[in-house]
Amino acid sequence: MSAGPRKLRPLMPTWRAVLAIAWKDVRAELRGRELVSAMLLFTLITVLVFSLALELDANARRDAAAGVLWVTVAFAGILGLGRSLSAEYDRGSLDALLLAPIARSALFFGKLVGNLLFVLITALLLLVLLSVLFNLALVQPLLVLVVLLGCIGFTTSGTLIASMSVHARAREALLPVLLLPVALPVLIAAVRASGAIINDLPSDDWLPWLELLAAADVLFLAAAVALFDYVVEE
Amino acid sequence: MDSIISIRNLTKRYGVVPALRGLNLDVARGEFLALCGPNGSGKTTLIRILAALARPTGGTVQIGGWTLPAEAAYVRAHLGVVSHLPLVYDTLTAEENLLLFARLYNLPHDQRRERVEAVLRRVGLWRRAGDVVRTYSRGMVQRLAIARAILHDPAVLLLDEPYTGLDQDAAALLDALLGEVGAGGRTIVMTTHNLPRAHRLADRIAVLSQGRIVFDTPCSQVESGDLPALYADVTGSARAR
Repeated sequence: MSAGPRKLRPLMPTWRAVLAIAWKDVRAELRGRELVSAMLLFTLITVLVFSLALELDANARRDAAAGVLWVTVAFAGILGLGRSLSAEYDRGSLDALLLAPIARSALFFGKLVGNLLFVLITALLLLVLLSVLFNLALVQPLLVLVVLLGCIGFTTSGTLIASMSVHARAREALLPVLLLPVALPVLIAAVRASGAIINDLPSDDWLPWLELLAAADVLFLAAAVALFDYVVEE
Repeated sequence: MDSIISIRNLTKRYGVVPALRGLNLDVARGEFLALCGPNGSGKTTLIRILAALARPTGGTVQIGGWTLPAEAAYVRAHLGVVSHLPLVYDTLTAEENLLLFARLYNLPHDQRRERVEAVLRRVGLWRRAGDVVRTYSRGMVQRLAIARAILHDPAVLLLDEPYTGLDQDAAALLDALLGEVGAGGRTIVMTTHNLPRAHRLADRIAVLSQGRIVFDTPCSQVESGDLPALYADVTGSARAR
């Protein structure tokens, strides 16, 4: 445009913009350690509270582990998602990203990839922690798959809703109030699938929940791409 | 006039509250327009619409031949924006910030570092390029914000009260930078409350009041000393500085 109107500068391919934004979040987190450290500390304290408050025998621990796992992931995730978006908003850097000539979906997926990475790190460390404190073999491929699918659905809906609530004054209270009902299908499916796998039940007991999780992930991703433009523009 | 920005009957409402009421404005290529007006007159709303951060309720906005909001991505590629917020990441270094935006603005890979170094030298931050932004003073952050805004050599610069929070030295440095940036043939639209500064820097001054342009004249046709009285007349406010 400096040479004349309607001169086109090619727009950045979406996947490269996604990687650039996600890498920025990882780099900032490695330096500031604001999100993951808060989420991990919250996770550690929550699991210790559960472990001390519920004096459970071996069978009861097996039954309770899935619930403890996903309640902790949900609340630690809310903590991280809220801070991830509010930090961008408060510093005006969300506007800086919105000013860049990239597709809004690239911005959403960039934030999603960063958030998902932080939630997954927390969830996987939580699996190890629960394995030790509850004396259960929780680090197994099927359960890791459930954690991955559950975190994708939860973080996708969470990133979208955190983008909506970030403009509100009471955003810290608003995020869980809006997110938990929306993410409920994901959390219920994740708890049921995880519980069945931890209790070594046949695949008929966990496969339908796993399929529901995958379907919810696809649905949330499609809804987020369709709605994100409207959420971030005034 | 060879308009690079053309606005017709622009309206914007936030719920039932009107922010802009049928605003018409043209800005010529290479012109420096200062937009003044009381708080709540619609200056920031206008800048946010021009920056494709807000959708107009009605009317048409064209920048460089592209229409907003339909062709927003192309408009954004040729806009630089500086506001009172820094629009940079304080946990990254200045160089990391600019390299991120160089990627997002799709600058050629082999020219990014060279371009980042050039703009950091231009704003006098090259020696601190490797320092995390949270260690910078407010003036340095604002200089970095200008570096980010001119990194992709935009044809249009939008400045929304860029002097907010700057001390006299930092403001003088920003004056010099804007003079230099404007001399390169860029079109600049700047909102400010400071009438003498607007008169000194800009080619043209327009006053917004209650969502409308109520005064619009080339700076060469008005004395700086007459501006406060004119401003008070057209806005109905107490005598301005």
